Amino acid sequence: MSMGSSLPSYETQTEWLRGTGAESDVVMSSRVRVARNLAGFPFVARASHAERQRVLETCRTRILAFGTREPLVWVNLHECAQAERTLLVERHLISKQHAKGKPQPEKAGIPKAATRTVDDPRGVAIEVPGERVSIMVNEEDHLRMQVIRGGLALAEAWNEIDQIDDGLEARLEYAFSPRFGYVTACPTNVGTGVRMSVMLHLPGLKLTGEIEKVKRAAADMNLAVRGFYGEGSDAAGDFYQVSNQTTLGKAESVILHELQNEIIPRVIEYERAARRMLATKRRASLEDQAFRALGVLTHARLLATDEAMQTLSHLRLGVVMGIIQGVDVATVNHLMLLVQPAHLQRVLNTEMDQDQRRAARATLIRSRLAFKGC
Amino acid sequence: MKCDHCENEATVHEVTRKNGVTIEKHLCEKCAVSGGVSIEPTSPLAEAVQFALNNPPVIATSVSGSPAAEKVSSCPSCGLTFSEFKATGHLGCPNCYKVFELQIAPLIERAHEGATHHVGKVPKRLLGGANVESQEAQSVLGDLEERNQRRITLRKQLEDAVRGEQYELAAKLRDQIAKLSGLGVLPPDQPGLAAQG
Repeated sequence: MSMGSSLPSYETQTEWLRGTGAESDVVMSSRVRVARNLAGFPFVARASHAERQRVLETCRTRILAFGTREPLVWVNLHECAQAERTLLVERHLISKQHAKGKPQPEKAGIPKAATRTVDDPRGVAIEVPGERVSIMVNEEDHLRMQVIRGGLALAEAWNEIDQIDDGLEARLEYAFSPRFGYVTACPTNVGTGVRMSVMLHLPGLKLTGEIEKVKRAAADMNLAVRGFYGEGSDAAGDFYQVSNQTTLGKAESVILHELQNEIIPRVIEYERAARRMLATKRRASLEDQAFRALGVLTHARLLATDEAMQTLSHLRLGVVMGIIQGVDVATVNHLMLLVQPAHLQRVLNTEMDQDQRRAARATLIRSRLAFKGC
Repeated sequence: MKCDHCENEATVHEVTRKNGVTIEKHLCEKCAVSGGVSIEPTSPLAEAVQFALNNPPVIATSVSGSPAAEKVSSCPSCGLTFSEFKATGHLGCPNCYKVFELQIAPLIERAHEGATHHVGKVPKRLLGGANVESQEAQSVLGDLEERNQRRITLRKQLEDAVRGEQYELAAKLRDQIAKLSGLGVLPPDQPGLAAQG
């Protein structure tokens, strides 16, 4: 099945962007992903083209036979255009690596047959229209499935992915080791194969300069801190993804408890304390930052992605703190997605160079925020 | 602790080893930045893996008849060699975990806060009501020793949770132990190892 009209349009408000979940003043979204591999096949990077094709077909039919809450749409990524793949990356439905189709750089000692190209058989099943569930096939592992929810909702996300995993497990034979648990291509994911992450908006800690302390504390607790678009991305718009790194020797419920009940609430409280301090001791500069952001977003004629993200972040802080009236969080969240390059091209329905995109981005934001908050 | 260069509190601690000499630096953020010491947290996991890859464990290599003597160089299922694994950090197939178990176990342990065995979900389909002592079930669940290891880990986590007054977590762990025991994944409790809390 090709993408065409079956996938949600860029205008669709995915569940996690609505800004309605628990602690949504600080927590943008919660995501749980599970890595699984099929018994009897080499891992993806080592598999031949024919083996990858068989894994893809086996998984595709089982996934589509299995019912999720909303229908699943299948996309053959090796058959769709670059812009479509980038769009899915921007919507957090597939990884950058899955879009590129190259799980690792070519290195000496790897047979040529095992290096991947953009045409490698790989795909993704996406739950529509909510886009809560996505299941990647032939990424680094045969199966990488995720549930993403708005606000702090790791427990809900885990319960949902756990059920999907049970459903698929009844139809597929997973590779499992008595000692190491669910085996994965990279030993850093072995065991539960579970990665739970929370996307946090931390502009307060950024402003007070305490963000480095949080990052160091997270590293000390064996947590990874990444940017808006995961591994290798920077913290665009003051968004930070915090996730567990240890997957062996801890039950899923323990990983969940540590993040959801212990670590993340402390970071949220820390961010809120920073915001309270700013609101009382540096009120003028906080208001200045929010209104400047609104000024730029409603009047600028050229905006690069980074500037748009940073300014939208300032606006978001102003909105959730009640400084800016008349703009809702959902609009700001949605704009953060729409200003990304592939989304912008989709909205305008045309291919653009960088300068054209900067102009189009500014125009789009102005039109969405027109007469709001002024 | 005070910064090595000024009176501020040291918050950045760097320990490096060069030619067998350990050099410790304790700096405040300002001096760390000006001294070129990164205050960006590095991923401890990636670091541990890289470290383990660059510094293969030397334990037991000189002991005759030790596990090190049984180390193999390539996986019969997929052909991956250990040096290929070292180059990419990725294994080739599920069987590699068995074939290279002795080489990768210390590395995995370091990468996962010292954990040696899986604790958590197991594929229900493979259990299928089978007798846990059957060969088929053991291939999935592990032998008695491995299942005991799993139980000990869970019990320890439960005790820690109770000690830390984390009753919600303790309840979850108790549920998990009961669930796995019910499925036969955990061996029955032994006298003297009663549940806490």
